[in-house]
Formats: sequence, C-alpha cells, structure tokens
Amino acid sequence: MSTNKVVFEIYRYDPESDQPPSYDEFDVDLDNCGPMVLDGLLKIKDEQDGTLTLRRSCREGVCGSCAMNIGGTNTLACTQDIKSVARNGRLKITPLPHQEVVKDLVPDLTHFYAQYESIQPWMKSDTPPAEGRERLQSKEDREALDGHYECILCACCSTSCPSYWWNSDRFLGPAILLAAHRWIVDSRDEGEGDRLDQLEDPFRLYRCHTIMNCTSACPKGLNPAKAIADIKKRLVMRQL
Amino acid sequence: MDKYKIVDHRFDAIVVGAGGAGLRATFGMASAGMSVGCITKVFPTRSHTVAAQGGINAALGNVVEDDWRSHFFDTVKGSDWLGDQDAIQYMTQQAIPAVIELENAGLPFSRTEEGKIYQRPFGGQYLADHKTIAHRTCAAADRTGHAMLHTLYQECLRHKANFFVEYVALDLLQGADGEVNGVMAYCLEDGSIHRFSAKAVVLATGGYGRAYQSTTNAHICTGDGQAMAARIGVPLQDMEMVQFHPTGIYPAGCLITEGARGEGGYLTNGDGERFMERYAPTAKDLASRDVVSRAETLEILEGRGCGPNKDHCMLHLEHLGADVLAEKLPGISETAMIFAGVDVTREPIPVLPTVHYNMGGIPTNFHGEVINHQNGEDKVVPGLFAIGECACVSVHGANRLGANSLLDIIVFGRAAALRLEQTLPDLKEPKLDPQASASAMERFDRVRTAKGNRKVAEIRAGMQSTMQNRCAVFRTAETLEAGVREMREVAALMPDLGISDHGMIFNTDLVEALELDNLLGVALATMDSANAREESRGAHARDDFPERDDDKWMKHSLAWVDNQVEGEVRLDYRPVKSAPLNDEVESVPPMKRVY
Ligand SMILES: Cc1cc2nc3c(=O)[nH]c(=O)nc-3n(C[C@H](O)[C@H](O)[C@H](O)COP(=O)(O)OP(=O)(O)OC[C@H]3O[C@@H](n4cnc5c(N)ncnc54)[C@H](O)[C@@H]3O)c2cc1C
Ligand code: SF4
Ligand code: SF4
Ligand code: FES
Repeated sequence: MSTNKVVFEIYRYDPESDQPPSYDEFDVDLDNCGPMVLDGLLKIKDEQDGTLTLRRSCREGVCGSCAMNIGGTNTLACTQDIKSVARNGRLKITPLPHQEVVKDLVPDLTHFYAQYESIQPWMKSDTPPAEGRERLQSKEDREALDGHYECILCACCSTSCPSYWWNSDRFLGPAILLAAHRWIVDSRDEGEGDRLDQLEDPFRLYRCHTIMNCTSACPKGLNPAKAIADIKKRLVMRQL
Repeated sequence: MDKYKIVDHRFDAIVVGAGGAGLRATFGMASAGMSVGCITKVFPTRSHTVAAQGGINAALGNVVEDDWRSHFFDTVKGSDWLGDQDAIQYMTQQAIPAVIELENAGLPFSRTEEGKIYQRPFGGQYLADHKTIAHRTCAAADRTGHAMLHTLYQECLRHKANFFVEYVALDLLQGADGEVNGVMAYCLEDGSIHRFSAKAVVLATGGYGRAYQSTTNAHICTGDGQAMAARIGVPLQDMEMVQFHPTGIYPAGCLITEGARGEGGYLTNGDGERFMERYAPTAKDLASRDVVSRAETLEILEGRGCGPNKDHCMLHLEHLGADVLAEKLPGISETAMIFAGVDVTREPIPVLPTVHYNMGGIPTNFHGEVINHQNGEDKVVPGLFAIGECACVSVHGANRLGANSLLDIIVFGRAAALRLEQTLPDLKEPKLDPQASASAMERFDRVRTAKGNRKVAEIRAGMQSTMQNRCAVFRTAETLEAGVREMREVAALMPDLGISDHGMIFNTDLVEALELDNLLGVALATMDSANAREESRGAHARDDFPERDDDKWMKHSLAWVDNQVEGEVRLDYRPVKSAPLNDEVESVPPMKRVY
C-alpha cells in the first residue's frame, strides 16, 4: 500500500449482536479514493466490509443524510475532505453525539423530526392571496429568509449543543428554533403571535445559553444562534 | 415465507416515494379526505428532488410577457416530437396554477423588483415568435428543488399525512384480476416486514441515474419503481432516452445548473473558443441540453478539450460579478469550490456531459394511470399509478427541457390525487392473495441470504461501466450491440451474488443489493431499446443513423423485462399522441429542430 493512506477509525454497533459498541480500523488509500470522507466510507463498504452502515443520498451536501462526527466535529461526510481532517494519518468517525444509535453511524432522529413538526412549520395566513396570483414579497423581505430556508435538517447543530444533549426531551434545539424563526420572519406569514406564544417556555426556547456551538457546527454556514437571539428579542419587545 | 412476521396496514391509497411527486400526491389525497400512506426509503426532505437547482417552468410572464402556448410549443420541440401533446398541453397549462399554489404554500421564491416570483431564462425556451429568449423558469436562487421539497413536506405535515420513513418498498401486490392492491416493504429501523393493502398504489420513486458510472443523481436513484412495475409485466417506455446534462463538474459529477448559463454563463473549449456559437448560432449556450452535450462531446473527440487530457470543457461565470453570483447562484458557487476547488468569481469551472435525467419510465396517461399495451391496444392497469421521474407520461419525449421536471412532478402528482378522488369508489376492495406476498418475500429472502462470490459493488461497477461506455452521448450499432451482450453478461452474474450483512436491522448491504437488482432490469431495457432505435432523436444520437426518421420511428419504445437473469427483453411500440387535449392550442407538426 502506498504511503498516502489514512486509517479510518470507525464506531461500530450492531443492535443484533450482544457485543458492546467498538471501534474498527480500516486503511484507505487516498490515491485510489475520492477526496471526501463519504468516498472513503463507501470505499470501505464496497471493498472491505459490507456491513458498515451509514446514511447517504445526494453526496453533494444538500440532503443532510450523512451528518456524523468526523475528527471530533459534526459535519457532512460528503463535503468534508479527508486530507484536511486526518491527523497523523488517522481519522476517527462516530455517529452524531448524544443520540440513540440504530446501527454503526446511523443515529435515531425520530425525536428531532417530531420536534420539527411540533413548531408547525407551514404557512399560516388568514388573508387569502389575490385569486390565482402569488403573494407579493419585496426583495428585502425575501432576503430575510436567507440563512434560514437553506437548512437541510442534518442535525449537526442540535447534536453539538450541550443544552440539547441534556434537555433534548424539552428543549427544541437550534435547528428547530431556526426553522421556527424562518416563519416568524417571513413577511407572508401571519402566525408570529402564535409562534412566539408557543416558544415562550423555559424549556423549549430558554435552555439556549448562547454557547454558539450550533453556529460553528453548521455545514451550510447558517447561524441558528443569531436566530434564537432574535426570537428572544422579539419576546422581550412584545412585553413593552 | 413464515420466516418473516408480517405487519399489515390498510389504506385507500399508498404512495411509494416522498420526492416532489410523491409528496404532492400525498397531500392532495390527504386534503381530499382519503386515507393515504406514504412510504419512503429516505426521510422525505432527503429525496433527490432536494438537489434540483435551477427552477420550475411556468409562463407567468413576470419578467417578459409570456403565454403557456409558447411553453407548449417549446416542450413539444424540445421532446423532438416524441412527447405526447395531450399531456404536454395539460402540463404547460396547469403550470401556472401549480407554481402559484407552491408560492401560496410558502415556497421562498426569489423576487423581481415588483415583488413577484423571479423568472430566469433556461435552455430551449422562447416567446411566441420562437426567437426571443423567454424568462419562464421560476427560481428560489439556485436551490429551487430544496425549497420546493421542504415546502411540500410542510404541506404534508399540515395535512397530517401518514409517513412510513425509511421503509424500502420491495414489490407490488396484485389481486386475482391483475389489479394492483398493495405493496410489500422492509422497515430499516427495526427490520420488520410490512404489507400495505390499498385500492391503489402510486409509484413516485424517481429516476435511475445510478445505472451509469458518472451521474448527477443521488445514490438513491436506482429505478426501484420502474423495476417493480416491470416485475408485474408492465413495459418500460422510451428507456433509451437518457439525458446528459452539459455541465456536470469534472470529474465529481455534481451538477452546475443550466440556470448558470441562463444568467449569462458560457462554455469554452481548449482553444478558449465559445464553441456553442458554431453549433447553435441563435441560442448559443442556451440551446437544448442534448444539443449542447453533443457539441461538448464533439469538441473533446476532435481534440479541442481542456486540461492535460483534453477531456472536458470550461464554464465561465466570472464575468457575472460577485453580486449576481451571490444572489442568484450561491449554491453552485459553494459546490464549485468544494468539488472543483474553483472560485467562480475568478476562474471557470471544468465541466463534462453527465448522466442526469431519465425521460423514459413507466408509461402512463395524463392522469398518472399506468398503461400496459397488449395486442396493439392501450389498457389501464387497475390500481396502479406512476408519477414523476419514474413515469413516462410522456411530456419530455426524447429530451426534457430544463426546469420541466420539477413542473412534471407537481402537476402529475396533483393529477393522480385528483383522479383517485374520482375513481376510488370504482376501484376494487383489496383482497389479500397470500401467494402475491409470498413471492415478494422469496425475492427478499433470496437476496438477504445470498452467499455467492460476487459483491454488490463488483456487479454494480460492471453494469455502470457498460452503460457509460456503450450507451452514452453518441451511439452506434457497434457500441450498442456490444452493450446488449455485455449487459446480459452482467445481469447473469446475479445468482452468484453474495452479501456480507445477513441481519435485519438497517441492512444497507441488503438494500444496495435489492437496488442493484432493480437497476439491472432497467439498464437492460435501456440498452435494448437504444439498440433497436435506428434513428437520431433528442438524447438518442446515433452516428450510423444521424437523422430523425418520423415515418419509421415517431413512436414510443416499450420494453418488457421478461427474465432479467436470462436477459430476456421483449420490445414493441406504441404511437405518439400528436393531438392536444382540446382546441385551445394547435398541434405542433414535426419540423426540423434547430436552435
Ligand atoms: C442535480 C439535479 C438538479 C436538477 N435540477 C432541476 C431543475 O432545476 N429543474 C427541474 O425541473 N428538474 C431538475 N432536476 C430533475 C428533478 O430534480 C427530478 O427529476 C425530480 O426531482 C424527480 O422527482 P421525483 O419526485 O420523481 O423523485 P425523487 O425526488 O427522486 O424521489 C423519489 C422518492 O422515492 C423514494 N423511493 C425510491 N425507491 C423507493 C423504494 N424502493 N421504497 C420506498 N421509497 C422509495 C425515495 O425515498 C424518494 O422519496 C434536477 C436533477 C438533478 C439530478
Ligand atoms: S447558542 Fe444556544 S442553541 Fe446554539 S449551541 Fe449554544 S445553547 Fe445550543
Ligand atoms: S442549521 Fe445547519 S447544522 Fe442545523 S440542521 Fe440546519 S443545516 Fe444542519
Ligand atoms: S449525502 Fe446528502 S448531505 Fe451528504
């Protein structure tokens, strides 16, 4: 094997065996492999161990399937290149932290999805649009949605947030709060009052202590912490 | 198969697939009060629709005045007269309310100065004079598919639709009279097997780009619906019509939207020449996709490619300026940086024609009802619908226009829901036939316990290189005949498949093997249909038959995969529908297609 190799150290857990979780090591020859961590993982799956289990779909960072912890950071395997994260020829890969593991690198995101649904992420508006036409929205108003609608629900942010680790049963976490904010700032949506009522809760919102892990974790460069701060500000403003 | 415990479910209708097509159908039925379940092998927003970038066509006329009849004309012409004009009328006319509906549901479209939905030019689309470039493609920056898929999922949540997420559909179930009355599925999370019985099943499983080596498609685009339909004796239509997109990133294969050229981007060859001016003097870089892909391929074949191996072209965006790029094309700017290391504000992107879209699929009428063709007659398969990329309505014919697929999936997703609302009372109550689920489970068990010598990856690589080398942009009798033979050799390897994961929970080794089995059938149908069509039309370009031959070949190919391992494929043809739905628009007679 060439010297251009990286040892992938991968978390393994098989729910159907009675073995505890462990780490397996695989050599990946970078001269014979695509540049991204996902390329390496699929090469291992294809050539060395077909039982290695992970989620993947788009392989270009838009579907959010392949979120995992790579070299200590939550990110997308398909857009993270191997060379810049491997340290001394080694790379450790584990599932997103503090979630139940279904198998190997596959976390159980059922609760995360249920939380998404709980904020009623759909348009609320009593004013009907002009018959057969779009609702008008100025370019500036539309710009307010930038930094929100691009979210791919990968959960990298939420699963890097210490408050979410310890209180995820009740704290919504950054991804879901960002989604709530997306509707609050949409000039077409008329549900702001309801939405704020729903968030005004010591757990759902106020477990965020502005630790900012979420924003540094987001592989799409979004800023959930800022959105959360704005929700808090709006809640204060409406008291005045 | 008593080995597997089966969980039963009963719905009015089952939708297989939660991409744009499946979600639109699902909330359509849910909002009409039907009981509907949607099965999907990935969480809905991870479906391939999420990757669509450029936009969705509708003649809203927000930027320049437009008419759906021009959209109709362009789509017929784009299809190289293999599209059915009744369905094309339905789609282009319904486009306007369909896009408005999406906006009203909250889709974050980009906006014009007046606050209307922003529309950009795309390839092959003109105003009524057939000369002036239209602005018909409604866009949410270059993330339209993502914005649309999330909006549709949100609408489904609003309507409290039932989802079965990470359930892999295995096979269709049929009643005594051949009516489709359910589907078997494998739940990844806990490894359980489910039998969904319903009066109707709607297939919305997307395309099969993964039959090829280099594709813009996601890993999950494996032709599952097409293969399930084929296994119950439904033919696959126009499978030879595989679209190569002119701007896949070299070599990663990720897409750069046609919208990049719509915003003013252009292509150059190794001499720095804007070669499209030679091939399409009027439309230039915005000619139809088949035309641009062929031009690039010719430049490369004639030694005018870029790079040390002269094996790609360059797409220039740097002249558009950082502001336009940031506002209109932020997603591809990011993708170009990640996958090609290119800063689009300064350098061109290396690109290559890359497999992108399947015009062919399960034949349907414009209600989404699946058609079988027996003894020269079309017959609806009772209880079976197909919509979206897995279907062939056919609105795209031999070449799909950019931004007509996002349109196709919502228009026909809605159409299927409307049709079912009407016809549900007439459809048979599903009666379980134990034999039907037993044979589905036999296939599942055979694959799950396969202990042969060949890995999934090995057989898959053989198929992908055969398709890539033998059934690409330019085809000849020689390449295709070799392809027909080699595909049979690959398909015959399946009995020697061996998988290493024999568990039940989240067995992705098994899923990949099932997907491979599906891909092999559709790949055979593709190769054989291509080999038979002795003309050039749209995406199907034959060196040995360079002209379109309307007398002989203005007809849809049909391929029945009778026995996949033995390579038995039967071909037949059915006529193209040249008449529109009604007299609101005139039929477009075949003419020479120039851009
Ligand atoms: C990179 C890219 C960019 C594109 N850009 C545009 C564009 O700008 N404009 C445009 O009009 N078109 C575009 N297209 C084409 C368009 O995106 C697709 O044709 C369209 O999204 C297909 O939608 P669909 O609903 O038919 O299928 P998909 O979105 O592919 O969804 C398929 C669904 O079926 C499910 N499924 C599949 N098999 C099974 C199974 N066995 N069991 C259970 N579930 C299953 C999947 O989970 C998924 O939910 C683009 C395509 C690509 C590849
Ligand atoms: S800013 Fe709030 S949400 Fe983000 S990581 Fe910190 S505590 Fe969590
Ligand atoms: S905000 Fe970013 S990290 Fe969080 S879910 Fe969305 S895309 Fe992922
Ligand atoms: S595979 Fe879609 S984000 Fe990585």
